[in-house]
Amino acid sequence: MFNNILEQLINGLRTGSIYALIALGYTMVYGIAKMINFAHGDIIMVGAYALYVAIVLLHLPVIPAIIFTCVVCSVLGILIERIAYKPLRNAPRLAVLITAIGVSYFLQSASLLIFKATPIPFQSIINIQSINIGGVTISGITIVTLVVTTISMIALTLFINKTKAGSAMRAVSEDMGAAQLVGINVNRTITLTFAIGSFLAAVAGILYICQYQSLKPTMGALPGIKAFVAAVLGGIGSIPGAMLGGIILGIIESLSKAFISTELSDAIVFSVLVIVLLVKPSGFLGKKKNEKV
Amino acid sequence: MENLKKKFAGKQAFINLAIIVLTYVLLTVLMSAGLLNRQYTSLLVPIAINVILAVSLNLITGFLGELSLGHAGFMSIGAYVGALITINMDAPEIVELTLALLAGGAVAAFFGFVIGMPVLRLNGDYLAIVTLGFGEIIKSVLISMKITNGAKGLQRIPLYTTYKSYTLVFILMVISILAIMNIVKSRHGRAICSIRDNSIATQSIGINVSRFKVMTFVISAFFAGIAGVLYAHNVGILKPTTFDYNKSIEILVIVVLGGMGSIRGSVIAAIILTALPELLRGADDFRMLLYAVVLIIIMLFNHSKIKEGLLNNNIFGKLFKSNEEKVGE
Repeated sequence: MFNNILEQLINGLRTGSIYALIALGYTMVYGIAKMINFAHGDIIMVGAYALYVAIVLLHLPVIPAIIFTCVVCSVLGILIERIAYKPLRNAPRLAVLITAIGVSYFLQSASLLIFKATPIPFQSIINIQSINIGGVTISGITIVTLVVTTISMIALTLFINKTKAGSAMRAVSEDMGAAQLVGINVNRTITLTFAIGSFLAAVAGILYICQYQSLKPTMGALPGIKAFVAAVLGGIGSIPGAMLGGIILGIIESLSKAFISTELSDAIVFSVLVIVLLVKPSGFLGKKKNEKV
Repeated sequence: MENLKKKFAGKQAFINLAIIVLTYVLLTVLMSAGLLNRQYTSLLVPIAINVILAVSLNLITGFLGELSLGHAGFMSIGAYVGALITINMDAPEIVELTLALLAGGAVAAFFGFVIGMPVLRLNGDYLAIVTLGFGEIIKSVLISMKITNGAKGLQRIPLYTTYKSYTLVFILMVISILAIMNIVKSRHGRAICSIRDNSIATQSIGINVSRFKVMTFVISAFFAGIAGVLYAHNVGILKPTTFDYNKSIEILVIVVLGGMGSIRGSVIAAIILTALPELLRGADDFRMLLYAVVLIIIMLFNHSKIKEGLLNNNIFGKLFKSNEEKVGE
């Protein structure tokens, strides 16, 4: 029993760290552009298909294939921002939100047209033996996922706090007008944010596809929404919050899948969101903002 | 001045009535003359269902100014409640259907109230996500419940609202449209619109914002529930996966294309977007892609310089002006 719980916790940590990677993209974009990038979940899907194209159709080795995937996703993120979101920067939020939904829907239906609705099986690119510590088995994919997410998060934190571009990002998210006045190129900073967010989504997509080993056009929607829940849970706009929220959400999901009901686990995850928003809308680590008149 | 306004309102009502009667007479003549083939007649009820759905979603999106992505959820509640009633009851058709419509609408409205409660504290993006999550919760609950027959769904639902009973469906559609139009024109409706335009200002003049938000959700959910009941008895089979995120988006596309805050626009867009895919059967794969592009382009166009230029232009300006006043920020 104890081992079982421990194993479920580790599973939760694995799914949770993938959610955390995706949630980082949401939270960074929200912090800077003050919008929910609904299409973020579908970038994971594009990443997974890009990896499939690189490995199965183009026969690339693993490392170039991963680089190819990351480049495709980052470029896509920049394109989406330039074409769909930039003209609406001063538009009402409802308009931006509907556009974002449109983009998400566009990516889904475009890949439906190209790759058809039938799920494509995909062999995991991570072949590491599982290890056994005191009766608890940890699979290779779990180890890789945990290592990759930890490295990405440390790198991101260093980037945001130590580099010039990182400070520019923090400045823009604090006050866009003031940032512009002190000579920060706001447009370039926002583009950079989208590129980094999409890059992280590509990494998450690769890890996700190695875990589930099946591709379909709507595969990005559910992890995307759950990662958003994670971002809200941790406090949207806060980077440590997104990491914390992702991991908590992953553990909740894996425990409810194992001990309550598989079918209801999604319902439980969304109920968590509703409860959090009711009790503490700013999330665990978020700042509370008062509305100005 | 007051008198003139009344006269104008009376004239408007007369025009509306004339349009309704004319449409009905035209339909009846076409049907009885046998000019409509099977393909067209089978479209009548889906059009009416989509009109009800779009008009009710417009109440939330266009007039209250909030985005609801769970409209298909409300629809599915109505559909399942109504279908379970007519399957399990043994009464004359009209009794069963009336009961199903009332119960379907009422249960959906109750859930509208439940989902309306978090709305008290949320707006904008958060609200959209909660409604989306709510739609997913409903779907997974429907899959896991025994009474709804899980993922296999309900079968052999009596077909009470096929094209043969288009009169009934037509009347229900007209009632829904008129009800929502009157709500919008009423004191409550003005309160709802003022929440959209500036919720803080609305609060400061003593309007209970939360109450009106919940009320809007309840009304909208009620009509979505009724549309669901009609759908269930038109198709005869229900599956939880029919009412997914895509269905909600489809309704949203209708509302956005027709113009947020324009009921007449919603009706026209619902007719076009229901009939068009049927008539262009071959291009079915591109339909979704087209929807997405339409959503993006309309939003970009609405906030672009091109539209500004057109509005300032004399001829086009007059065409668009009347609509422009209604559309909110």
